Amino acid sequence: MSTVLKSSTEEVPAGPRANAAAPKRGLGSRMRKLNVPAGLAGWIWLAIIIIPVYYVVITSLKTQEGYFGQNPLALPTSPTLENYQMVLEADFAQYFMNSTIVTLGAVIPTVLISFMAAFAIVRGKGRFLKLVNGMFLMGLAIPLQATIIPIYLMIIRLNLYDSLLALMLPSIAFAIPLTVLILSNFIRDVPNELFESMRLDGCSEWQTMWRLALPLTRPAIVTVAIYNGLHVWNGFLLPLVLTQSPGLRVLPLALWTFQGEYSVNIPAVLASVVLSTLPILVLYVIGRRQLLAGLTAGFSK
Amino acid sequence: MSNAVSTARKPAVRAARSKGDPGHSGQRNATLAWLTVPALFFFLTFAVVPLAGVLILSFASWDGIGAIGSAGLGNWFSVLADPGLYNALGLTFLIMIASWLVQTPISLLLGVFTAGSQRYRAALAVLYFLPLLLSSAAVAIAFKALLDPNFGLATGLGLPFLAQDWLGVPHLALGLVIFVIAWQFVPFHTLIYQGGVRQIPRSLYEAAEIDGAGTIKQFFHITLPQLKYTIITSSTLMVVGSLTYFDLIFVLTGGGPGNSTRILALDMYLRGFRANLMGPASVIAVILVLIGLALALFLQRLGGKDKQGSQLEGM
Repeated sequence: MSTVLKSSTEEVPAGPRANAAAPKRGLGSRMRKLNVPAGLAGWIWLAIIIIPVYYVVITSLKTQEGYFGQNPLALPTSPTLENYQMVLEADFAQYFMNSTIVTLGAVIPTVLISFMAAFAIVRGKGRFLKLVNGMFLMGLAIPLQATIIPIYLMIIRLNLYDSLLALMLPSIAFAIPLTVLILSNFIRDVPNELFESMRLDGCSEWQTMWRLALPLTRPAIVTVAIYNGLHVWNGFLLPLVLTQSPGLRVLPLALWTFQGEYSVNIPAVLASVVLSTLPILVLYVIGRRQLLAGLTAGFSK
Repeated sequence: MSNAVSTARKPAVRAARSKGDPGHSGQRNATLAWLTVPALFFFLTFAVVPLAGVLILSFASWDGIGAIGSAGLGNWFSVLADPGLYNALGLTFLIMIASWLVQTPISLLLGVFTAGSQRYRAALAVLYFLPLLLSSAAVAIAFKALLDPNFGLATGLGLPFLAQDWLGVPHLALGLVIFVIAWQFVPFHTLIYQGGVRQIPRSLYEAAEIDGAGTIKQFFHITLPQLKYTIITSSTLMVVGSLTYFDLIFVLTGGGPGNSTRILALDMYLRGFRANLMGPASVIAVILVLIGLALALFLQRLGGKDKQGSQLEGM
């Protein structure tokens, strides 16, 4: 059953490929009949999504005079990159670096240790591993926000307040439960015969994990890495509470402070919004299917 | 949570595996147990300990800087007697219900729409998912600019009724918050519904067509019932997630005007980190956790008896 489900989700993510698959055509003709309500909703929603995005992009290319003088939805008469230059000069490269460090520093350990735990949970038996698994599953229900005060206290006591490491540690902890769950679902799909043959070849569990399970679950690892990466990249509460130096701002926090400081210069503020989203937008263009799969990791498999 | 649905689908596989796998020795399990230690360490230290900590801190008095003292039940009494709590609770549930009512039909329709295979739908879907890439801070800032009565949408589209003091009038601010939340999160739920629709066996529709069922009948008699678990998954994420719409509201309205958008999570933050009352803020945090748990359990129960056990496993 799981194979059926998986192949159907893997083929579909919209795009030219979906059209090429012959059996899908029947689905298409069926859907065409639903056109009236769904189609109407589709086009209206498109406008709702696109107009704000369009507004942000064109405004970020306007001069101050253009912003005050022109129709807000008109294309800039004299497009300028001044705003972007200004944002970049306002230490945006630094914030970008901070975000990158925190994201990589949280995602890589999360995926690595979650993979090890997931492997052990799937391959092993016994009360201890069952207990660990149960604990991670319960962990899915813990909201990060509700624990922010004790986290703040702990980070102060550990002398980590106002450091990038302070942002990584809780991010890792809260990403572990879902990551373990998704990875263990995938490791379960590895045929047992493969594990058996590794065992007969005299490989240790450690070797089996790296040489067999890791390569076979690579797509799932990419998926969870993207999911966790986006969450950390866009995270706001931890940096807000756990850092204070301007030099340690990550992008969402920098956006917020920038907006406060430059509230009169809307084009510059919106340029900062575009710049902070650019890396993810590039990722979206390169690997849309992977990114979208990553976003619903564990929810719609 | 509901993610465990997928775990639940494979009990047979798991059972078969453990039977045909005689290589379990104590030694081997011990090696495997060690592999969980790093994850366990992080999880216990920075998630479980804080969860226990928040309960303890709810009985403490602390200003966020100085020494921590005991407050007994004082925080609980003062918070429970504070009308601010009930305002925050009411707003939280209001936003939760309104968000569900707005987002579910739209996501469902769009999910069905984007699940179709026509090329233009695929192209639209690429654009639909754009909000998923933005941080809440970016979304909030963009909408603040967009709603400027003079230099925003109202002038751009020539629609004067959009030129309101959106952030200055309580009920407008509340409506705005619900709208922006929908703007940001509908794409995610669309994605979930799209996946759900694509898993409906086509044979069901073929059979219905032979029986002469029309499109609308097919939607209500096949699509909707088949999406039952997708609806539960999406609703669970939506409802439980609505407890944590902190970032967006914080940047968009800051809880204002007055306290008209001060939901629980924001109330906790403002009490703790602005008013330096960590004890009462922890009380709010405990309430948040309890509401989240209760809602998750309640929604799983709606899922029906057969699925219940396996979904609770995922809690």
